[in-house]
Amino acid sequence: MLRAEELSVGYGRKIVVSGVSFEVKAGEVISIIGPNGAGKSTILKTIASQLPLLSGKVHIGEKIISEMSEKELSRKMSLMLTERINSEMMTCYDIAATGRYPYTGMFGILEKEDRKIVEESMSLTGISYLRDVDFRNISDGQRQCVMLARAIAQEPEVMLLDEPTSFLDIDHKLELLTLLRKLARDKQIAVVMTIHELDLAQRFSDKVLCIKDAKADKYGTPELVFSGSYINDLYSIKNGTFEPLYGSSEPKRVEGTPDVFVIGGGGCGIPVYHKLQREGIPFAAGIIHENDIDYPLAKHLAVKLVSERAYEPISEQNYNKALEMMRVCSKVIFCTEKIGAMNQKNLLLKETAEKEGKIVILPHEI
Amino acid sequence: MTCKKNIRIIAGFVLLSVTVLIFFFMNLVKGSSSISLHDTISALTGGDVPISVHRIIIDIRLPRCLAAMILGGALAVSGFLLQCFFGNPIAGPYVLGISSGAKLAVALAMIFSLKNGIILGSGVMVLASFIGSLISMGLILLMSGKVRNMAQLIISGVMIGYVCSSITELAVTFADDSNIVNLHNWSMGTFSGTDWEDIRYMSVIVFTAFIAAFFISKPLGAYQLGEKYASNMGVNIKLFRIVLILLSSVLSACVTAFAGPVSFVGVAVPHLMKSLFGTSRPLIIIPASFLGGAVVCMACDFVARILFAPVELSISTVTAFFGAPVVIMIMLKRNRQRGSV
Repeated sequence: MLRAEELSVGYGRKIVVSGVSFEVKAGEVISIIGPNGAGKSTILKTIASQLPLLSGKVHIGEKIISEMSEKELSRKMSLMLTERINSEMMTCYDIAATGRYPYTGMFGILEKEDRKIVEESMSLTGISYLRDVDFRNISDGQRQCVMLARAIAQEPEVMLLDEPTSFLDIDHKLELLTLLRKLARDKQIAVVMTIHELDLAQRFSDKVLCIKDAKADKYGTPELVFSGSYINDLYSIKNGTFEPLYGSSEPKRVEGTPDVFVIGGGGCGIPVYHKLQREGIPFAAGIIHENDIDYPLAKHLAVKLVSERAYEPISEQNYNKALEMMRVCSKVIFCTEKIGAMNQKNLLLKETAEKEGKIVILPHEI
Repeated sequence: MTCKKNIRIIAGFVLLSVTVLIFFFMNLVKGSSSISLHDTISALTGGDVPISVHRIIIDIRLPRCLAAMILGGALAVSGFLLQCFFGNPIAGPYVLGISSGAKLAVALAMIFSLKNGIILGSGVMVLASFIGSLISMGLILLMSGKVRNMAQLIISGVMIGYVCSSITELAVTFADDSNIVNLHNWSMGTFSGTDWEDIRYMSVIVFTAFIAAFFISKPLGAYQLGEKYASNMGVNIKLFRIVLILLSSVLSACVTAFAGPVSFVGVAVPHLMKSLFGTSRPLIIIPASFLGGAVVCMACDFVARILFAPVELSISTVTAFFGAPVVIMIMLKRNRQRGSV
């Protein structure tokens, strides 16, 4: 539906981003991510023809955008921006109805058909009950839904959204994105959005376009983009890390000689690692299986980590390694709640600690 | 709901039209010599009345009243266009210094022509006024690029207004003695001394601009959501901005050329109309502002003439008295809204 070929975008002669290529099929959602000031919005503005295209081509269906008239384009593409509109004495219905602009006549009077479409759009985004309420008197979440209704009422083939989830709380973010996906699918609209929330981009997009250092860096499915440490490179993260498995931002590891050894596994380690990190205590962790939910975080936060291969019982070698590491610590936190054949040696580790007179903190004491 | 809205709109227009008629006749009947309504109507319809009555009505009061009506409407529409353009509810030709720029240009043109013994026609006056308006408008546009804040824009406008006014005062002070009185009256703002030639000029200019404004009400409605949305809806922003600037300048220039600067009508009337009609749709507010501006200017001119008769007040004295509180009201209301969001 929407196809961008080797775009260079920017202001005046200054190129902000180049080498932008992507394709969005009807019903698909693609997200543009990248650091602040990378030029994500500039790409959207250029596709929306608000900035001149410096090079490359944008196609909608068979047609090239630069060859379309303003009116033709306005019937194919709708826009939703971050900035708040400065409305005066306009009800939510009035705002949604502005989406019909490209279809109305000389004086912009709504026909019966137009009114029906506006009503429908409002009910699709769940804001029919706001129809007579002044647009200035509603919440941010409601406002985004009204703007979405407006964008839908324009009956576009392509929809561009600039940071649609900014200013919204978590539930409204999820509501808006769920709605967006549903609308894209039901109405066969190709959606392009910029977004800062990486976890949401990961879950709600079919494709992700990453912008870094004035060019399109990586483009593909969320699985491709959100893997390994790519996101850390993309944003040049220095103050922590992004964990694609959890979709979470994690703080920096506390460096130093560990005096605490955490025996975790099965998810019980995560809150303990976080707590130690918050309090600025360096720690060692063990023995975690590589397929354990604790593993990615332990890897980020523990100064030293003993791990075991997935689905294997803990080996003698790794046990000895952990024992050695534990011996130099004065405290042991044993948070494991379940012991089975695979992590039997973690229990042994704890018993040794007790025998050797270390302070052992148990799950219920944490 | 739609039905209720329509009734409100129709009722609003009926109310405004009736009020226009009431003030129209009040302005004709009342004055230094009282003339009965019956005589007034006969004078208008060419009936049999004493020649003095005929002259008072047809040559003095009728043109003055029509001027108040046409120019008042022009001012209010110009104010509404400027408010849309700047996305600022307290914008208007007077507060933005556009009227003062026009005033300065007209004063200079008048002084120059009087010195050289040329008598300026209405057309030249309008042209000078238009040029002055555009210069002020240009300055304001330059500043609006630099300041994003609503209040700062208004302060810039008021300052431009002060500079223009002080230069005008200076020019008037050094003008030929015999003409000072006229010039001085005009620079304070008045509808008196309007003749039929003026009426012909102003009606042609104002009605043309008004019709044009009415025809851009659709893109204007899109523009109210902001430039980016408007351009997404297919509005040619560059062209549209130029049209908007030209129209609002022509309208306010026309007012200044014939009546001098008239304050606050441009700000207050569109706001009152939005409240009266409960909408800001240009398609409704443009004609409503025209009627509303006509009503307010005729009413204010009535007060200016009658209150301390035979001494006349300047029109701005009266419009400011009623208009300024409205501006304060708008600001208070906006503050409240900002607080609640």
